[in-house]
Amino acid sequence: MDTPLIELVGVKKSFGPVDVLKGIDFKAYAGKVTALVGDNGAGKSTLIKGLSGVQPFDEGTVRFDGHDVHIVNPKQASNLGIEVVYQDLALCENLDIVQNMFLGREEVAMGTLDEAAMEFAATKALQSLSVRTVKSVRQKVSSLSGGQRQTVAIGRTVLRNAKLVILDEPTAALGVAQTEQVLNLVRRLADNGIGVIIISHNLADVFQVADFISVLYLGGMVASLATADTNYNDVVGYITGTKSLEGAAS
Amino acid sequence: MKSTLLKTARELRAVWMLLIVSLILFIATPLFLTGPNLLNVLLATSVTALLAAGQTFVIIIGEIDLSVGAVLGISGAVTAITLQTQPLLIGLAVGLGVGALAGLINGVLVTFLRMPSFIATLGSTSVLAGLTLFITQGNPIRVANEGFLAIGQSRPLDVPMPVWIVLAVVVIFGVLLARTRFGRYVYATGDNAEASRLSGIKVYRVKILAFMISGILASIAGFILTARLGTAQPTAGTGLELAAIAAVIIGGTSLAGGRGALIGTFIGAILLGVIDNGLNLLNVSPFLQGVVKGFVILFAVFLDRNSDLMRGLWKMLGSLRPKRPATPSTPATPQEPELASRH
Ligand SMILES: Nc1ncnc2c1ncn2[C@@H]1O[C@H](COP(=O)(O)OP(=O)(O)O)[C@@H](O)[C@H]1O
Ligand SMILES: [Mg+2]
Repeated sequence: MDTPLIELVGVKKSFGPVDVLKGIDFKAYAGKVTALVGDNGAGKSTLIKGLSGVQPFDEGTVRFDGHDVHIVNPKQASNLGIEVVYQDLALCENLDIVQNMFLGREEVAMGTLDEAAMEFAATKALQSLSVRTVKSVRQKVSSLSGGQRQTVAIGRTVLRNAKLVILDEPTAALGVAQTEQVLNLVRRLADNGIGVIIISHNLADVFQVADFISVLYLGGMVASLATADTNYNDVVGYITGTKSLEGAAS
Repeated sequence: MKSTLLKTARELRAVWMLLIVSLILFIATPLFLTGPNLLNVLLATSVTALLAAGQTFVIIIGEIDLSVGAVLGISGAVTAITLQTQPLLIGLAVGLGVGALAGLINGVLVTFLRMPSFIATLGSTSVLAGLTLFITQGNPIRVANEGFLAIGQSRPLDVPMPVWIVLAVVVIFGVLLARTRFGRYVYATGDNAEASRLSGIKVYRVKILAFMISGILASIAGFILTARLGTAQPTAGTGLELAAIAAVIIGGTSLAGGRGALIGTFIGAILLGVIDNGLNLLNVSPFLQGVVKGFVILFAVFLDRNSDLMRGLWKMLGSLRPKRPATPSTPATPQEPELASRH
């Protein structure tokens, strides 16, 4: 296997007396989907917030593209090429799709917004993901379904030339058909060469879309597996703590 | 199609109301639709329009600025005092500086000190109004500077200077709000501050700047009022914040933040002016005029807060019309935009 796109070594994070991440090792690769699974409170969101700079880690090494990096704010993560699609979809309801996709990095010509250029680029980004579910890129987000909103949020990462896209529970609020759509989108992201980390509670989704599965249990990484080499029951065992990597029940 | 229509209905609400009120006045009195009278309306509206223009930025970011009347008052007084010893440009700079500083303080109270803007600007209103009374010792301050008086009294091309100023402000700040990055961030901040922050927008900066714009435009309103009267009154501007907020809401800007437009505010301000003017032309008792305007304001806020209800009624009316033959060009859409919930 070539060098990981992102590699965490011995990463720690605590909130006051509570150790939430207790020395995590983790890897994800370009062009692959790595699922991060674990029970509620295992520390998945905390791990993601560290990677995205929202809540920097306390200790440990983060290597991106082979270089040591110290990510302390979202802007810096974004400059490296790390983009996050948050659980509660950070979109503005009253802005349209183009405006949301370009939020925070609008294109400007002669001091004013270059709407035509942005519309063109947004349309192209959505096409690169073969998105056909939105009627007009000038629709307001408030008029979109949950799946369409995920599409906008994912399209935005493409627009920003993300190298690593992290999705926190992208299918949690979706029905069957829309979940399928979003998983296809996730797969297409990876097929375009982007590294993808997906957090999910739904193991069916995980087994459908992921190349690798990493399991967090109470703030520790208890297993990192290739999807092809494992099965549903083993993963459930790691998640619930009835199984550890050595195979011994704990 | 339908959604575009409804969307514009919101933005054009003030236009409809203005047309209806104007039509009524046109029928009721021949005095209304004359060039001089309409210019009078615009002139009388200029102060409210400027306060409302600044207020629009603040309301779109999801806050409110109750201090605009008091900022107007103190800027007028400070400028008048400065002009007693200093040339015009210094007087204007000091007045604008006072407005910008007041806005900066309001912005800092709301962002870094996390105060609700309602309370913070109510507090600064009290402070500023008190300071104005103190520095004027409760007396009007006469202004003799010809250049300054021209701001309120000259008529280039036979149009009063305040009207030119308002038009310039509407164009410049309208472009700022609708066509620049900062303007986009104003909408985004009021829409979803957390999403904006995660997108790398410095939300606190946007909010402080919005309050500063409100303060600066209130200063300019203070110049106009002072120059028109030839004196700075110690209680100038008192209560004008309500008219300004009313113009913004009537103009279709949502009190919930994230939506609105400067042109709507401008039309909202004109509508209030037209109503004032009409009540005068029709010799309605001044005691009743406040009542009428109060109802207009309440009606506008009702429309703002119940736009979903109104849309529902609108749809019901639509469904009462005879159905056209099936339209194969519109396959079932996954969801009706009208039903999308806000907040
Ligand atoms: N800001 C915080 N302050 C204190 N405790 C926190 C904070 N964020 C998360 N935690 C705690 O850290 C643990 C892991 O949370 P989280 O990363 O959200 O888990 P997950 O996303 O896997 O469900 C939980 O016990 C949670 O209560
Ligand atoms: Mg979580």
